Formats: sequence, C-alpha cells, structure tokens
Amino acid sequence: MSHAVTKEVHHHPALQHHFEDMDQQREAGTLGMWVFLVTEIMFFGGMFLAYTLYRSTYPFAFASASNHLDITLGAVNTGVLILSSFTMAMSVYFTQIGKSRPQILCLVITLVLGLTFLGIKAVEYKSKYDDSLFPGRLIPNRPFGPTVAQHGDSDPHKLHLLGNATVKQVELFYWIYFAMTGMHALHMIIGAGLLTFLLYGSIKERYGPEYYSPVEVIGLYWHFVDIVWIFLFPLLYLLGRHFEHG
Amino acid sequence: MIDEAFELPRPSKVNYINAQYGLKSWLLTRDHKRIALLYLGSITFFFFIGGLYAMMIRLELLTPQGDLFHSTTYNKVFTQHGILMVFFFLIPSIPATLGNFLVPMMIGAKDLAFPRINLLSWYIYMLGGLITIYALLAGGVDTGWTFYAPFSTTFSNSYVVAAGLGIFVNGFSSILTGLNFIVTIHTMRAPGMTWFRLPLFIWAQYATSLVMILGTPVIAITVLLLAFERVAHVGIFDPALGGDPILFQHLFWFYSHPAVYIMVLPSMGVVSELIANFSRKNIFGYKFVAFSSLAIAVFGFLVWGHHMFVTSQSVYAGMIFSFLSFAVAIPSAVKVFNWTATLYKSSISYDTPMLYGLGFIGLFTIGGMTGLFLAALAVDVHLTDTYFVVAHFHYIMVGGALMGYLGGLHYWLPKISGRMYPEGWGRFSALVIFVGFNLTFLPQFVAGYMGMPRRYHAYPPEFQVFNVLSSAGASILGFGMLIPAIYFVWSMRYGKHAEANPWHLPGLEWRTQSPPPTENFETTPIVTWEAYEFAPPGETEVIGKFAGELETA
Repeated sequence: MSHAVTKEVHHHPALQHHFEDMDQQREAGTLGMWVFLVTEIMFFGGMFLAYTLYRSTYPFAFASASNHLDITLGAVNTGVLILSSFTMAMSVYFTQIGKSRPQILCLVITLVLGLTFLGIKAVEYKSKYDDSLFPGRLIPNRPFGPTVAQHGDSDPHKLHLLGNATVKQVELFYWIYFAMTGMHALHMIIGAGLLTFLLYGSIKERYGPEYYSPVEVIGLYWHFVDIVWIFLFPLLYLLGRHFEHG
Repeated sequence: MIDEAFELPRPSKVNYINAQYGLKSWLLTRDHKRIALLYLGSITFFFFIGGLYAMMIRLELLTPQGDLFHSTTYNKVFTQHGILMVFFFLIPSIPATLGNFLVPMMIGAKDLAFPRINLLSWYIYMLGGLITIYALLAGGVDTGWTFYAPFSTTFSNSYVVAAGLGIFVNGFSSILTGLNFIVTIHTMRAPGMTWFRLPLFIWAQYATSLVMILGTPVIAITVLLLAFERVAHVGIFDPALGGDPILFQHLFWFYSHPAVYIMVLPSMGVVSELIANFSRKNIFGYKFVAFSSLAIAVFGFLVWGHHMFVTSQSVYAGMIFSFLSFAVAIPSAVKVFNWTATLYKSSISYDTPMLYGLGFIGLFTIGGMTGLFLAALAVDVHLTDTYFVVAHFHYIMVGGALMGYLGGLHYWLPKISGRMYPEGWGRFSALVIFVGFNLTFLPQFVAGYMGMPRRYHAYPPEFQVFNVLSSAGASILGFGMLIPAIYFVWSMRYGKHAEANPWHLPGLEWRTQSPPPTENFETTPIVTWEAYEFAPPGETEVIGKFAGELETA
C-alpha cells in the first residue's frame, strides 16, 4: 500500500480523480484486464466443453471435417498471429522506454497483421460457403449440404467421410468451427478497433514511460486473442491426419 | 484517537445528492453512489413486476382447477416471474445497490476503480431489461427460467430468442460489476485497511464477484448458442440435430447453481454486519466468516450436478455431486454458528435491521437444511420437480437474499438518504414480512413432500388447503413489502435527519457525513482500527469533520 502514502507533487494529466497516483491507476487497469481475460476464458470455455464432448462422441466425423479445412491457410494465420503478438509486445516495450516512432511502427505492423489474419479467414469462410458447409440455415438461402465424395474420388471440394462418420455429425463440427472461429474473429475485429484507438493516442503523444497502461492493457488483450487461436488451430485443423494418409 | 473527536460532522449542505442537479447529472454520473441509486430504482421496478406475476400464480393456485389462466398462459406467468426475479432483481440486488454504494466507502476509496464501466454496467442492465420487457409484451416466454432444450430450441412457440438476448446482455452488467469490485478491493483500500480489517460485507462482495466473473460468461455463451440454435437450426443441444440436451443442462447449471450464491452471499455479508453491529460485539471468528464466503464461492462451482440427479447423468457423477452438495453446507453452517456465537452475552438492540438479520438466520437455516434433503440422491428422486424444491429455494432466495437486502436497506438508509425511516413501522413491517413469508412457503414443503408437482396450473383437490394457506401468506407478504416501499418514499421528505453515525458504529462508512460528499471522505482516511472495534458512543474517530462547512462558505 506504499503508493497511497507517497503523494505526488504534480499530477500527470492522465491521472483520474479517484486514484491517489499513477502507480495505483496502472495497477487497477492491469488487474482489471486480467480479470476480464478470466471471464473471456470462461466464455470460450463453454464452447471448448462442447467441442470436447462431440469430438469424443464422433471422432471420425471430426477427423473428416477437419481434413476438409485448409491447413496451409490455418498455419499461415497462426504464424501471422504469433508475429503480431511479437510486434505488440515490442510496442509496449518502446512505449515504456519512450521511443515513440518505433512504437507507432510496431502498432501499425500489429494492426496490418491482424487485418491480414481476418482477410485470410474471410478467404477460408468463402471456400466453405462455396462447398455449402455453413451449418443449418446460418446462411438462409444456402443450407448445409456438401457433396459427399465416393470412394476413390479425390475432389477437394467434396466431403470425404472416414469410418462411420455421417454428414449430420460433420455439420455439428462445422457449427462448432464457425461458432469458435467466428467468436474469435469478432474478438480480432474488436482488437483491431482498440489498436486503431491506440494508434490515434500514440500519434497524439499521449503515452510514454509514465503513462503506458493503455498500451500494456490492450496488448494483454491482443495476446489473449492470439492464445485462443493457438488452441483453436490444432484442435480444429490438425485432427485425424493419420486417417487421411493411413 | 484525537481529543476533539467527540463532535460528529454536522449535516453539510453539499453532498452527493445535491452536488449537481438535473436529469443529465444523474444519467451521465460516474459517482458510484448515484449509480447505486439508479440501480435501486430500476431493480425495484423489476421486483414490482416480478411480484405481480407471483401474485397471479398464487391467485391461480387458490383453487384446484385452472380457472384464471389457460395452462399456456400460466406457463408464461411462472416463467416470467422467474426470469425477472432471478436475473433482474436477485442477482443485481445487493451488489449493484448496496455494494455499489458501500464498497468504496467501506474501504476508504473515492470511487470504484472504473467509474465509467460502472455507469456502463447500469446501461447494459437497462438494455437487457428493455429487451426482456419487449419479449414479455410481444407475447411472453413459456420455457421456465431454465430454458431447457429441446423445448426452448425447437418446440416452444414463444419469444425465447428475445428473452435469451435480454439475459445475455444483462449478464455483462453483472460481469462488469464483479470485475469492478475485485479490482477496487485489491487496489483501492485506504492506507491501513488491510485484508483482515475489511468489514465482512466486503469479503462477501469479493466472493460474490468471483462467482460473477467465473459463472456469468458461461451462461452468456450458452444462451447465445441456444438463440442461434433456435434461429438458424444449427445446434449442439437438440437431439434432432445430433446434439445433447444434457449438455445444455450442464452449462446452464454451471452458472445457475453458483448464481444462487450470487444472490445469497451478499446477504450473508449484510447479516454479518447487522449481527456484529447490533450486538455491539466483534464478530465471533472473523477469519472463519471471511473465508467461509470464499469457500462457498469455490464449492458452489462444484455442485451443479445436483440439479440433474434424475437425468441421464451417471450414478457416479451423481454420488460425487451429492457429496459435494453436502459439503457446501459446512461453510454455510460456519456462518450460522458464528453469528449465533456473536450474539452470546452481547448487547443486542432490536432495531429493524437487526430483526431482518435475525429473521435471515432462522429462514436461511430452514432453507439450508431442506437443501440437504435435496442433496441426498434417493430423497431427491422423490422430491424433484415438486413444491418441496420451490419452497426450499424460496427460503434461500426470499427468506435469505431478500431479507438481507431489506435489512441492509434499513441499516444504510440514513447514510444513503440522510434520513431515518420510522422505526415503529419498520419493526412492524419486518414482523409482517416474516409471518407472511413463512405462511406462504412452509405449507409448500408439505404439499411438495406429498407429491404436488411444480409448474402446473391445476392440481388434485387434496392439496388445496396448503395452497390456500400459501396464497393467504403471499397476500400478507405482499402487504408487508408495501409498507417499507411507502415509508421509504415518505422518509425521503419527512424522515428525521440522520446524523453521520446514527447507530454509533466504528465502520468507515459511518465516519463521514450523511449523505456523504461526492468523494466520500474529505481526506483519505488512515485506518488504525480493526473491523468491529467498538468504542464508547461518540468516541469514534471522524474524518474531515468540518470540511463540509468550509466548502459551502
């Protein structure tokens, strides 16, 4: 509690009236974001539970559907996000040591990488749309109805069913896929908005060694969204590869 | 303690209520005390509507045959009673009003850590409330507040999506309140306010906030998936789509059982304050009471399966859930015993808040003990979906949560409004509510044990005597609730002016003027005393005594 005892002589313009000093304000902001991220884990947790249940119930359907996803695009996107996490971390670092130009540059790269991810995701969604893989009536005039490949047919646009998998079970996978990646993409879009906000503040020279918590806190959020993807990629894309080649 | 500490702060002209005027100053306020009042007004509104539905239920059940409503209408009435009372009254009740008002004051802070988020949480609450009211006006919901699939996803012809959306949105107000409290309690305590000097109300709010942030996101995603399932015919819950309805029940109760602790833990915090302060004695076993709140929050997350004993849940899971449900009774019992031990050889005064506090102990004990019946696997098979369950959870939610809320409102009214309520009427209404409540719900235990199922608008005639008693009790209860509603409004204008410390108590919130100034204390307090450290009347140290006058001069 030492921060509350020491009084600052002059207040930083960003100090809000109800905090004693900048340390306390930063501590509150950081803890607030951590607590928020805990709620996010629980939010995604519900979907991970559903995933676990149905993957163990329908292993062949999940493998079949997973094989239909574009592993290259998924892997590229994983790399893009990991790189963006690095540039985000660098942006926080440059704010803390007061180097404004590289900080802004890092933010811009992070934002561009984030948008790249969303662009690649859109390409993936488009190909799923073309193959009629949106489950149920999610797209009203394009109901779920992939063409099932016969034995020996290697057309990548057709669904290759393994073992005892059925189309209905594959639909369940795709609903979980779209729910999870869609929710993740929504978080990315919000993240891009937050980065734009940071960029604006950085150009206005609001942040520096004495006041960097917005950069740090939004950075935490950005890393969290990346980590969610780190879990989603193997769980959704890398299932049952041994079935395909075995 | 300083020498001139005998003089209490005089009623200052400037306080948080009259610091600013106009609608805008309320709707855009960031003052936690004003936001608490915004919440108070809106949850009272939802409580009133929820109460009207309760009255309709009791009217219909007066006679065995369904004569007031068609069964489909009755389904909507009890569903809407449940949704409004649970999500829009009980869950926000104490945290959003008393908690919002008192958490910063009790720890010596100027405001919550995130005042703008606090205001945002109220707007989110109102938005969720409006969406839900739209669902009710457009045609209502008939799924029960539990929204069980596949009835809710496929078969129900009511406004499930709108109601679900209302609950989804409202959940975020709960999450933000919990987040704000946790951060505030961690980072904003005044110098000297160590964790073990915190009033027990704060410990209870902290434990509640943990449940809010861990549980609410799960119900949010569940209700969202449910809404998608209904609209887009994609799903993981409806067996016709390849889904599993038991998954819905797991996800639903993972939140909704801990939600019961969101309702009752804050009340336990209030009761800890009432018992210690109105018996003018340090609470017996402070740390046990404090940690029992955390224990309830943690154990509360491990017992949800006891709602599913008669589903396809495995017998072994059932046994574990049964054991854990028995275990959660231990921290609750710790509290009850410690409150009782506090009363022993103390100096008890039977003011209205204390009457509610003592009422809570009795009613919560009955509610908790009947919970043990339901936690026992074999007994639960007989009692599932009977009025025994209804009576049990009303003893916790009304007898527990609501009693604590009313007790807290009476106790802190002088601080909130600067006026006293009429003590005679207060005691009278507390007794009326206690009698009315027991008359309403005790007979339901018997009817339920004899086999009367819940959620039907008609029942065999042999149950009528219990239902007549229950409906009579409900009218007494409703009448009892109206009395405080009337005299609270009356006291705003005509009540006796309250001193800074009308109950002569050591808590921080009593060491500033009533009503407090916008920043709560004239100077940041330095805490040198333990919680519930009683001094002779009038010797309590006061912070920033005459600063209020200086400001106006």
